[in-house]
Amino acid sequence: MTTAAGIRRQVQRDSDHLAFDVRRVREDFPILKQRVNGRPLVFLDSAASAQKPRAVIRAVQRCYEREYANIHRGVYFLSERATELFEGARAKVQRFLGAREAREIVFVRGATEAINLVAQTYGRKFLNRADEVVISTLEHHSNIVPWQMLRDEKGLTLRIIPIDDSGALLMEEYEKLLGTRTKLVAVTHCSNALGTITPVKEIIRLAHEKGIPVLVDGCQAVPHMPVDVRDLDCDFYVFSGHKLYGPSGIGVLYGKAALLEAMPPYQGGGDMISTVTFEKTEYNVIPHKFEAGTPNIAGAIGLGAAIDYVSGLGFDEIADHEQELLEYATEALSETNSLRLFGTVKDKACILSFIIEGVHPHDVGTILDHEGIAIRAGHHCAQPLMDRFGVTATARASFGLYNTREDVDALVAGVRKAVEFFG
Amino acid sequence: MTFDLRELYQEVILDHAKQPRNFGHPPGCNRQAKGHNPLCGDRLTVYLTIDDGVVTDAAFDGAGCAISMASASLMTEMVKNKTEAEAHSLFKGFHAMVVGDQAENAENAGDGVDLGKLAVFSGVREYPVRVKCATLPWHAFAAALKGKQEDVTTEE
Repeated sequence: MTTAAGIRRQVQRDSDHLAFDVRRVREDFPILKQRVNGRPLVFLDSAASAQKPRAVIRAVQRCYEREYANIHRGVYFLSERATELFEGARAKVQRFLGAREAREIVFVRGATEAINLVAQTYGRKFLNRADEVVISTLEHHSNIVPWQMLRDEKGLTLRIIPIDDSGALLMEEYEKLLGTRTKLVAVTHCSNALGTITPVKEIIRLAHEKGIPVLVDGCQAVPHMPVDVRDLDCDFYVFSGHKLYGPSGIGVLYGKAALLEAMPPYQGGGDMISTVTFEKTEYNVIPHKFEAGTPNIAGAIGLGAAIDYVSGLGFDEIADHEQELLEYATEALSETNSLRLFGTVKDKACILSFIIEGVHPHDVGTILDHEGIAIRAGHHCAQPLMDRFGVTATARASFGLYNTREDVDALVAGVRKAVEFFG
Repeated sequence: MTFDLRELYQEVILDHAKQPRNFGHPPGCNRQAKGHNPLCGDRLTVYLTIDDGVVTDAAFDGAGCAISMASASLMTEMVKNKTEAEAHSLFKGFHAMVVGDQAENAENAGDGVDLGKLAVFSGVREYPVRVKCATLPWHAFAAALKGKQEDVTTEE
């Protein structure tokens, strides 16, 4: 059996050949320099929200210091420049996702709003009583509750793709769920609680064979791997900026142009109209039809900077680094006998969900916090998934591109301390 | 600033967390209420036997972290054989102590509330996110006292 020390040596040798220099990357994140409870901060909660590189912080600051005005309105210099930067950020997202056109990118507050938007516009218009929406056991509450709200309004039925004990979707069961009543599939690309990367391309192919559109929740996928919406052929793809090292309060809905055009608006207000009289309003073209009100201008510009940042590092390098950490951390945590890992599929993001026998995850969280280690303890907004495993909560360590093997070592030492403390 | 973990997890707390007292559902109880902390999923039920205005028996069952289990266990010991009014002022005194509310503390000191063993939870106030763990069983207890039917949560 490979030992943690063995992997450590191997990783050390490998890292000598890699262009990805995590020490230098960490220098880009000012927040990581601080100490918590007298210890260096070990941040292992990037799946909840990632820290921000200086490039993003500076882009937001520069926007407010030198570039800010409302967009799509003013005839003056600043407004034109802000509009250019905002639309430039949209173009960056388009390239990042491989979308055909920039108008297929709608800026929203986050993935939650994106899914609600699709449920409340596409869902309300095209889904009817007795229709079925297929989601999976892995979903975050944000890809469950909007469909339940629509179900209760319309009399729909939700069908759930089950998983096996490793946290993988049961694809044969999924195929069986697809029927004449299925009108939409909404599924995660990567589980926030387990790290499972789902076979979305196959999920989409099977749905499309029956003419069913597919929405993909890409929140946990975009920070870890390249995504190409045209290659996937998904109909909708959503993600939040703050998990991709960008600002909070900005997110993205990608939709195929034909679908977005067929959908009614989400909210009414300024910017989403072309003409308004008291008798009748004509709506603006996509994507503006879905962007009522003054948007998060600096947030969009910051997201553009985040995309530039991760693209500059390169997803091959980021994925290699994170996969090495995953392997190292899985091996190291498995050495603690009383620890049970959830989510053991091969194809997963660097997320480790676990419980320690006899120690509640909240207590694990407090002990680790005392060591300056930030992890998440709870149900991860995925209570049905917790129910599937018969637990109410787990402890979750989730890694980002700035994490190191030393972070893993600190986590393992903290876990041992928790075991000793409550043992 | 560091704060010793032992201030939070005192021996008494660890002991009660590992071996909760009065754990179970007594058949003779005449009031009960459920408590739920939606942040962490902890759930417990408090069972009381009230006889002529006196809490003659108190028990609980459920699952949760060390703080909530120990708090429930010690609570059931402390409220037994208290009048409803005495038990309620224990709840008020305990709440003031763990949230670190000076005004509330002063007010309760005036009432002469003796928290006794419950003082082991004083360290909780240094951990704001854990306060709800300690107060969850007490909120359920207060609801059971009032004969409330609906579940209580820490997010009210």
